[in-house]
Amino acid sequence: MTAMGDLKRRRIDELAARAGQVPEGEGGLSLTRSAFRRLRRNPVAITGAVIVVVFLLVAAFAPLLAPKDPLTQYLLSEIRPGSIPGSREGFPLGVDNLGRDLLSRLIVGSRQSLLIGVVSTLLGAAVGMALGVLAGAFGGWVDSVVMRFVDILLSLPSLLMAISISVLLGQNQWALMIAIAVTQVPVFARLLRGSMLAQRGSDYALAARALGIRRSRIVFGHVLPNSLSPVIVQATLSLATAIIEAAALSFLGLGDPDLARPEWGAMLSNAQAFLSIRPELAIYPALCIIVVALGFTLLGESLREALDPKFRR
Amino acid sequence: MLRFIVRRLLQLIPILLGLSVLLFAWLRALPGGPAQAALGERATPEAIARYNELFGLDQPLYVQYLRFLGRAVQLDFGNSSRTGRPVIEEFLERMPGTIELTVFAMVFAIGLGIPLGYLAARRHGSWLDSASVIGSLLGVAIPVFFLAYLLRLLFAVELGWLPGSGRQEVRIDATRITNFYVLDGLLTREWDAAWDAFLHLVLPGIALGTIPLAIIVRITRASVLDVVNEDYVRTANAKGLATSTVRRRHILRNALLPVSTTIGLQTGLLLSGAVLTETVFAFGGVGSAIFDSIFARDFAVLQGFILMLAVVYVLVNLLVDISYGLLDPRVRVR
Repeated sequence: MTAMGDLKRRRIDELAARAGQVPEGEGGLSLTRSAFRRLRRNPVAITGAVIVVVFLLVAAFAPLLAPKDPLTQYLLSEIRPGSIPGSREGFPLGVDNLGRDLLSRLIVGSRQSLLIGVVSTLLGAAVGMALGVLAGAFGGWVDSVVMRFVDILLSLPSLLMAISISVLLGQNQWALMIAIAVTQVPVFARLLRGSMLAQRGSDYALAARALGIRRSRIVFGHVLPNSLSPVIVQATLSLATAIIEAAALSFLGLGDPDLARPEWGAMLSNAQAFLSIRPELAIYPALCIIVVALGFTLLGESLREALDPKFRR
Repeated sequence: MLRFIVRRLLQLIPILLGLSVLLFAWLRALPGGPAQAALGERATPEAIARYNELFGLDQPLYVQYLRFLGRAVQLDFGNSSRTGRPVIEEFLERMPGTIELTVFAMVFAIGLGIPLGYLAARRHGSWLDSASVIGSLLGVAIPVFFLAYLLRLLFAVELGWLPGSGRQEVRIDATRITNFYVLDGLLTREWDAAWDAFLHLVLPGIALGTIPLAIIVRITRASVLDVVNEDYVRTANAKGLATSTVRRRHILRNALLPVSTTIGLQTGLLLSGAVLTETVFAFGGVGSAIFDSIFARDFAVLQGFILMLAVVYVLVNLLVDISYGLLDPRVRVR
């Protein structure tokens, strides 16, 4: 055990240790079923789920929903320094500083923002889980080497890490996704390793080993599926962080410079210059980010409560 | 306890070495490599070749790394390509500003967060409770730089109540001793300079403090709710202790243990990453320097600052671990 960030790691490990435990009293139901039952009764979970589903649907059908083309410039004759046309017939939220319909840009922008969040979280989770499985399945020196590396990553503040990677990879949407993904790797790795270690010591894993089942089958068939619940919770929460972090990187000028792809973070940082003229230009994309982040957070927190026997009431 | 601290300090070494390898690799991997980084984008090939020879960049990698490490240990990170000054000098000049800002933000977050979280838990289920839960969720979901912009627009630009940029009014000719502007003002008895520097902390400090505030409210609330149902609280009540004594000595004291950890971790995070807020307020701490150096492609500053900030972060986390060992004796025995 290395020194710093010990508490941060311990907190991750505590979460991991409770993975896959079915609360007493509901022993008859599988963990998934009992968790799902509690989720359905939880208004917080429903709120989060509704928000997430609505935004996913909007993103999926964006081209159909957007009333105008998000790139075409309208009302150019009315845009002057110090005045940008607001809401009017045909432009419910007005236009931005280049005369593009704000509502359409918000709708189409949901695609790029959610895509960045989802891809970077999936990427971070995949790499982190691979490292976690490696450490959790083999133990011994593999575990030590992998976890020391993870600890070093964990010891860097995530925004600084994302900045360094963005600067290295240049400015495009892939660089942005990778930069955010890397900041998520250590948490997933540590979480999965911890919960796998907890599962490895369980009776069923011992029974499987006693029956002479191969290690790969024990790991992938038994231990891994039972260790996944904290990872799922973390992934849901990470989606919120990823979207906010993408906005932050855009703000720092490290976002996707391709103007043909509207994105909330870029729209928000672009609007800062016109904040005193038309604050709506910043407020709407910011609201989208806040609501989506809130949706994922609510869903994630209630998933955690549902999956974690400690929270059972 | 001493052995515990020494062990922790020794365990720091591999982490710091790992960090230095990562940052060394990072600078090597940058387009153009370290020579371009140091000389700027318009450097001629001859200049780059001369630089490579001068700094031993034609040597094998491990020799280069050892040299880099040697210089880093002496806090020599080269000169800023923008200002030409040593990176460490810039860092030492700016870090006090960031520390002052962090202190303000944390005092704000703790001073408001613990009472709020405690009250929310005491009135579990009331409107205050719901409001603080919703507020703490919102506090984490708002992009910090957006909140900072809103605060600046409202209180600095529109209402003009508070200064919205910099660390001190430029017209004030203050004496500098420590580069902590508020402290300097107090030390030199230049009261108006101190007051002005303090006012400059208010808006960025509040913006920066919202995330820790949200987290502290949530943790305090959850942990008070946990503790209230403990057996020892029932025992204390049953043996007839005054309600205020039970609250102070038994509930609050135990409930604050996890809160203190959160406070420590958040302090580390703020000290190392106020990039967004500082940039909005053009604050002139380390955070806005990082922003400026991204734009100016000033990689010497970027590398030096990131390494120094990572070290600060690691050290603060270490302090948190140690203080936790002091607060909770169970941690020490392992």
